[in-house]
Amino acid sequence: MKKSKLRNAEELFFRSIMILSSSVIGFALILILWSIVKRGFPALSWEMITQTPKGGFYFGKEGGIANAIVGSLYLASGATLLAMVIGIPVSLYMNVNLHKRQKLVNTIRFLLDVMWGIPSIVYGAFGFTIMIYFGMHSSLLAGILTVTLFIIPIMIRSIDEVLISVPKGLMEASYSLGSTQSETSYKVFLKQCISGVTTAVLLSFGRAIGDAASVLFTTGYTDHMPTSLMQPTATLPLAIFFQMSSPIAEVKERAYASALILTFIILLISIIARIISIRYQKHKIKI
Amino acid sequence: MSGNSKIIIKDVNLHFGKQHVLKNVTANIPEKQITVILGPSGCGKTTLLKTMNRLTDLYPNVKIKGSIHIGDDDVLNTKKDITEIRRHMGLLSQRPYPLPMNIFNNVAYGLRISGRKSKKYLKPRVQHYLQMANLWEEVKDRLTDPASSLSIGQQQRLCLARGLSVDPDIILADEPTSALDPLSSEVIENKFIELKSQYTIVMVTHSLQQARRIADYVIFMYLGEIVEQGPAEEFFNNPKQELTKKYIKGLFN
Repeated sequence: MKKSKLRNAEELFFRSIMILSSSVIGFALILILWSIVKRGFPALSWEMITQTPKGGFYFGKEGGIANAIVGSLYLASGATLLAMVIGIPVSLYMNVNLHKRQKLVNTIRFLLDVMWGIPSIVYGAFGFTIMIYFGMHSSLLAGILTVTLFIIPIMIRSIDEVLISVPKGLMEASYSLGSTQSETSYKVFLKQCISGVTTAVLLSFGRAIGDAASVLFTTGYTDHMPTSLMQPTATLPLAIFFQMSSPIAEVKERAYASALILTFIILLISIIARIISIRYQKHKIKI
Repeated sequence: MSGNSKIIIKDVNLHFGKQHVLKNVTANIPEKQITVILGPSGCGKTTLLKTMNRLTDLYPNVKIKGSIHIGDDDVLNTKKDITEIRRHMGLLSQRPYPLPMNIFNNVAYGLRISGRKSKKYLKPRVQHYLQMANLWEEVKDRLTDPASSLSIGQQQRLCLARGLSVDPDIILADEPTSALDPLSSEVIENKFIELKSQYTIVMVTHSLQQARRIADYVIFMYLGEIVEQGPAEEFFNNPKQELTKKYIKGLFN
């Protein structure tokens, strides 16, 4: 009797902790979104998303941040695409071809985790050193390469975590039909994990589009629309940063509007990824 | 007992790290009959089955010695492409693992990877193999549904159809009915009896009753060794080893 009372108290205690922490997270999220919307929405205008900064933009006059929006999309898409091209084969190779060499794979995982943990400013500095070595200027291309480097560990490890959960029986089934390792990888493993892979890609895209430090030196900033890979390019995080550090109130408000746009882009990408992953989820073999 | 040996296993020793799993296993598996590998859990029967199509390659720290001849080729020491060899052996596992795609594509998969991709070629064949596995009537209107939407018994028959589609001459089955309900199990068992005129079937089971029902040839294993083997009738009615007698009487754990 006494024991059951204690167990009930324990249950109540841990449940309260869980509810409390969940509410804190939910509350923080709502607060962030609300503060962005509250301050950003009034400053948001059609002009803001369709025009490049004009003469007096940084004094609160006409113009918008279309260049940064387009620049960020170019940058994040380019980097995500490159990281996919590298990340998907690597993670499949780790889980299918190196299946028997768990020690090696675990070492690779450890190294990738270390790379994941390196702050993006370090990637930025690294990219910058390389650029100087090759005599390159800050440009969209340099930014894409740096951000690719920075999201590759994120991409590989998130896909890897999904691939680990593929049951061994599925692998055996595939081989017993006479599949090669690459057929097993791309026709079975990838299909089984397509929703997880989509999530991984989205996660990487979110990191790519939201990061300011890695693009600070490498991509530079400009008030023009990006037209060439070799030109400096504006990005949203830096647009927010520059506007936020302005002493002029109107410009500051626009920083919030820019943040709202960035948040909206990420939300949109999330929804698209969700839809894609649900559509392909149906073929997943459940265990 | 008539017929030739399809698979000739000779002095196979297998180690998982330090663990000696198969000890001097020697057996002849007769062609176009059902051979049942019988024994209590953990005696190495599944491992023996997986050595035959070299799925043991997927496990770390495995060392195999000996030879397994299928036709003229020694599977364990072959110079041929292992994927080619596996194509001659269909596999049914303990629980069905359909591929993550729709029903049609599950059966078409094996044909596609061997280079036959045209829809015109595939359609009648998919139907043929689904019929062979007794599944066609149940799925003919929903071929584009995910394979995972089938019941587990249907999934196992889908796996059978898929295995047959690559035109193997051997079917390896690793306790194929252990996850199924009695009715679905019976369907699979009856199917095996039907199929044995065309295929050499090797089935692992721990169920004595099942072995009695369908075996033509029995290999009885205990702790990694073959205790006794022989034609089913002889094996069940006139066992030679003490251990076998005890097992058949159900005096085993």
